[in-house]
Amino acid sequence: MATLEINDLHVTVDAEGGPREILKGVDLTVKQGETHAIMGPNGSGKSTLAYSLAGHPKYTITGGTVTLDGEDVLAMTVDERARAGVFLAMQYPVEVPGVSVSNFLRTSATAIRGEAPKLRTWVKEVKETMENLQIDPAFAERNVNEGFSGGEKKRHEILQLELLKPRIAILDETDSGLDVDALRIVSEGVNRVRETGTVGTLLITHYTRILRYIKPDFVHVFAQGRIAESGGAELADKLENEGYEAYVKGGATA
Amino acid sequence: MAEARNAPEDAEKAPTQGGTTPAGSTTTGAIAVAAESTVATRMSAPPSYDVGDFPVPHGREEEWRFTPLERLRGLHDGTAVADGGIRVDVVAPDGVTQETVGRDDPRVGKAGVPADRIAAQAYSSFEKASVVSVPKETVLTEPVRVAVHGQGGTAFAHLVVELGAFAEAVVVLDHTGDAVVAANVDFLVGDGAKLTVVSVQDWDDKAVHVAQHNARLGRDASFKSVVVTFGGDVVRLHPRVEYAGPGGEAELFGLYFTDQGQHQEHRLFVDHTAPHCKSDVAYKGALQGDAAHAVWIGDVLIRAAAEGTDTYEMNRNLVLTDGARVDSVPNLEIETGEIAGAGHASATGRFDDEQLFYLMARGIPESEARRLVVRGFFAELVQKIGLPDVEERLLAKIETELEATV
Repeated sequence: MATLEINDLHVTVDAEGGPREILKGVDLTVKQGETHAIMGPNGSGKSTLAYSLAGHPKYTITGGTVTLDGEDVLAMTVDERARAGVFLAMQYPVEVPGVSVSNFLRTSATAIRGEAPKLRTWVKEVKETMENLQIDPAFAERNVNEGFSGGEKKRHEILQLELLKPRIAILDETDSGLDVDALRIVSEGVNRVRETGTVGTLLITHYTRILRYIKPDFVHVFAQGRIAESGGAELADKLENEGYEAYVKGGATA
Repeated sequence: MAEARNAPEDAEKAPTQGGTTPAGSTTTGAIAVAAESTVATRMSAPPSYDVGDFPVPHGREEEWRFTPLERLRGLHDGTAVADGGIRVDVVAPDGVTQETVGRDDPRVGKAGVPADRIAAQAYSSFEKASVVSVPKETVLTEPVRVAVHGQGGTAFAHLVVELGAFAEAVVVLDHTGDAVVAANVDFLVGDGAKLTVVSVQDWDDKAVHVAQHNARLGRDASFKSVVVTFGGDVVRLHPRVEYAGPGGEAELFGLYFTDQGQHQEHRLFVDHTAPHCKSDVAYKGALQGDAAHAVWIGDVLIRAAAEGTDTYEMNRNLVLTDGARVDSVPNLEIETGEIAGAGHASATGRFDDEQLFYLMARGIPESEARRLVVRGFFAELVQKIGLPDVEERLLAKIETELEATV
């Protein structure tokens, strides 16, 4: 039973005039099979949490711990975290010129699984997953994210999620910039992975829209660099009606 | 205008792709429709066999402005003195004639005229030329191998490769060791003949190599040039093609891996002098390290007589680290509207920390991520070489270059 435990996590980012603290003590536990939605206004630190967990060099951990089944995630390099089972679906996937999608997927799967997938089953697996996500087969020969539309990039992220089968999936605003059809296709992909019961999902979003497709077990409101309130799915309904105003103001006067 | 209609849609591609252009790098390009060629007029002097016809460059001339003159070891200003610095070994299969000839041999200098001062210096200074001849209708199954090994000195050299009508051959020019070399290499490709030339610049760190390659293609002849540059302090090559008759086809491919402090300059000129000829230019380079400098100049001239010309030129650069610089200048001049196609593209992208993070976030270790990007970048062009042993050596070399920094 994979468990991601975040304790009192403090993170800074370099800014003009010195380091600026973005995360100010985050506590969160995500277990395999659970889905946690993290919601919050812009600038509350949601994406910083996502990138810090994946190990982006831009962020400096100044305090707290992150463990995956007791293993110190913060001591791992970026690739080690991925091989340990942490997956980040990025809000802004990066173009990698010169590397085809098919080459990238296979290299990645080989790294994560510890051995090269058998070619015949691999081709079939990729083809089926692409069909499910309504990705044109021609994408396999294109360079990673190069010239992809916003929706294509997000579907490509979920394609990787499905193929790499992580233990902890962090979805950073996967819903942003998607039209209703694309949102449904992407959500179905996430749900296929969730239904295996082997993944703990951290769904980071600004809007409640995606929660109609992906039902969270827990909802956390993120404000001023920490979790301000936690609850069940009903908390999302409250946010839908009232917005983030209460948390923004509360933070401002605190 | 007819010219515009004939140009492919992507003729003037966006100057960058896959990230930002590295600081200091330039990617410019032009398609000019001119009554008179500016390719010729922007040189400091018209082509000549005599070094005295060229002024000593000061560095601001169009053809010298990217080149570090102070590192040319006197090749450009007449102070370099030949002392027999290279050894040339030719290994040729049966049926091939190899000779060492004097300056007055009629085959020497027939493929083209020196276009800049160093090429003219080489032409004015060499004593003996090597001539490799493949008789007409002879089809070689093994390559001709010309090994040029630098022995620490300075040399002026001239090599002629001549293919009779309908002959077919592969010639591999292999440059190793340490030397200061200025050379002209002539390729006389007979009617209907097919010549593939691979020129590998695998010099030691201090070598300086400046050479003009002249290919003169007979009617319906095919010429493929593969230039591979890895080593040396300064390498400046000037592959040129002209067509003696209609129906000729030239493919000019190049790969370079420019390391810290190296200057690698490839200046192409395809002179479409005859109708219904084709040219396809594709050069790709990777750069890493401080003051790595790659220069690519792609000049294509379609003369008024060259109706039915089909040409495309492309240069791509991948900058792997900070501190490297690329100057890429494609230039296409068209003097007739009756062409089949003409276009060019140039782009310089960089492998940056965000790309590295993305690949590593998918479990791929850093060194492998870098290899993945570079191998992928070169793969398409490597496959076009069509010579398995050269391809393998190339890929192995790329691995070595990458290991040097990772």
